[in-house]
Amino acid sequence: MEFKNIGYALLTIFIVLNYGLILQGVVRKIGARVGRRYGIRWYQPYIDIIKNYAKRSTITHGVMFYIAPVFRLTGGIGLLLFMPVIFGSDIFGNFSFAGDLVLVLYFQFFGILGMALGAAESGHPYSAIGVSRGLSQVTSFELPLTLGVIAIAMQYQTLNITEIVAAQQGGFMNWTIITNPFAAIAMLIAFLGAMGRSPFDVVLAPQEIPIGPPTEFQSGLLGVLQLNRAIFPAAKLILFMNLLFGGATNWAELILKTFLIYMWPVFVGTVFPRFRVDQSVRWFLTVPLIIGIIAIILI
Amino acid sequence: MNDIKTKFDITDIIEQRENLSFITIPKEHAISLVTYLRDVKGFKHLVLLTAADWLEDEEFQLTYLLNNPDEKSDLGVRVFISREDATMETAHHLWEQVATYQRELKEMFGIDFPGSPDVDKPFILEGWDDKPPYRRDFDTKQYSEDTYFPRPGRESNDPAEYMKKKLYPDEK
Amino acid sequence: MKEDFKKRTVISPEGKPIEIDPLKDYFSDAKPKVYKPAHPIIEKFANWARANSLWVLGFGTGCGAIEMRPLMTPRFDAYRYGIQWRPTPRQASVFVVSGYLSVKTLKRVVRTYEQMQNPKFVIALGSCTINGGMYWDSYNTINRLDHYMPVDVYIAGCMPRPESLLAGFDKLKTIITEGRGEGANTYAEKFDWYKANQKKVIKDWDMPDYNW
Repeated sequence: MEFKNIGYALLTIFIVLNYGLILQGVVRKIGARVGRRYGIRWYQPYIDIIKNYAKRSTITHGVMFYIAPVFRLTGGIGLLLFMPVIFGSDIFGNFSFAGDLVLVLYFQFFGILGMALGAAESGHPYSAIGVSRGLSQVTSFELPLTLGVIAIAMQYQTLNITEIVAAQQGGFMNWTIITNPFAAIAMLIAFLGAMGRSPFDVVLAPQEIPIGPPTEFQSGLLGVLQLNRAIFPAAKLILFMNLLFGGATNWAELILKTFLIYMWPVFVGTVFPRFRVDQSVRWFLTVPLIIGIIAIILI
Repeated sequence: MNDIKTKFDITDIIEQRENLSFITIPKEHAISLVTYLRDVKGFKHLVLLTAADWLEDEEFQLTYLLNNPDEKSDLGVRVFISREDATMETAHHLWEQVATYQRELKEMFGIDFPGSPDVDKPFILEGWDDKPPYRRDFDTKQYSEDTYFPRPGRESNDPAEYMKKKLYPDEK
Repeated sequence: MKEDFKKRTVISPEGKPIEIDPLKDYFSDAKPKVYKPAHPIIEKFANWARANSLWVLGFGTGCGAIEMRPLMTPRFDAYRYGIQWRPTPRQASVFVVSGYLSVKTLKRVVRTYEQMQNPKFVIALGSCTINGGMYWDSYNTINRLDHYMPVDVYIAGCMPRPESLLAGFDKLKTIITEGRGEGANTYAEKFDWYKANQKKVIKDWDMPDYNW
């Protein structure tokens, strides 16, 4: 462990943050263009974050209320830092180590747990509803996701993401999505839930329970959540790219691959309306779960 | 109709259309007439219960508008009650929703319906402490000017006077 | 005052009687503070961000609310000016009071306005908010909004078209970038006057003086 690694990690966070923000803006712009609108400016997410930090007053509901956004951001950054962003790069290899796959799975869950504590302290009923929905949905899509991850770990006989990426090098025929399609399908379906877009957006559920867990968060606290909303999806995209699509050896490849992967939940979200939480839980526990079990059996 | 006339003490009948008529009845017999109409004559549906303030006659007029879905006809039962002692028998046992109408009438006209559920609860005005606002001797313009900080500079004209002045400037 | 807000004694789970004063216990009774603007250079940058990221609170008070909806549609598309809708007052920065306000609504509007974070801006839509409009002599609708909360932009009309609403947003942007959008501080400075006006109209005052 050297000090320059800290600098490299900060550099990774900085690049991924900007990438996430631009991705957010661009995807919303594309959505607007599909709806024949001009749409937001692509740099609108930046302005929103600056504005939220520039708010003068902040109210609090207690200590956990402050800590919750930090937990949420820790979930995003933790997910990002414990896997190789660019394969084979000293700078962007980050803190990948022998068992990082397990840790990364844990970080998927970490943020919403912290959010649960903070939202509970805010005392807003919609926050409580959002958090209970979020936890049940995360728990349910975690099953097919974990089954898929275990299948991949058994396939490559390792729990190290760097080694998994290394095994997929040399042409797209080596990618996990070709060599282990059942695990990949189970994980990609779970990925829909992880991204929280429609049809699995009961957690935030705009128009229904205004915006779920972050209802009471404002000013800088909301700014932290917005940072996380940029970093977390980007980190998840990179994770799935590493596990299923052979990783990336340079930034151009990373941007191309993650953008295409991002289109998957976006397309599904445009087509399907929102599931109720009982529907989505039941759905995650049937089809994707069975596919995940098949993946385990076939290995 | 003749059946009702013989059974009840009807004071006035207006037949507006073939399927719409209004009958007037003294206060004491109103609820029994409405009950009779509902149970025997098939006027199962209460369209509305409303009031009008006849300030000059010192009376409130209550109208129970009933509908007969089978014959597709409407019947309005009118009751005149004095403004001084504005109380009326409640009819919430016939239709549950009457209680809401009665709450509104209590708040807006000050007509009391003893025994009606929640009749004293505020309906849409919260914490109203003046005369009931739908009574015609309540001066809503004066109240608004006293309470709501009118912005100066507003002119208003009586439409009749204004048009007269504009169209026939020579006439006095 | 409602029963729920009265002082009362309840028995705790341990069997001890405890005094509850909901207005004191559930709400804070601290008054609003005046926040001094930061250094001019920082403030200028912040004002640029505030002007270009107007988060409108989704609260339709009167008939004018129907004029706000078309702004989201492809025809008017307010998103391209950085205008977005937020469902909660905590995160919104612009309050569009859309049309007439009955006393009952005013009470909710005051509560909502106070829950928004400084700096916050108010756009008053329609003639009703200026001098009462067609409801000027009604027993139940207020006449001028600026007696109850500071208003940044008035949009006249009955009802104003979405285009004039967009023009109003544009005006608000100019006001913010010039650093004149200090409504929240005005509210804090003249707090007693605003509160007296509000209390004069809202007869059953069953909330704390300032609820954030």
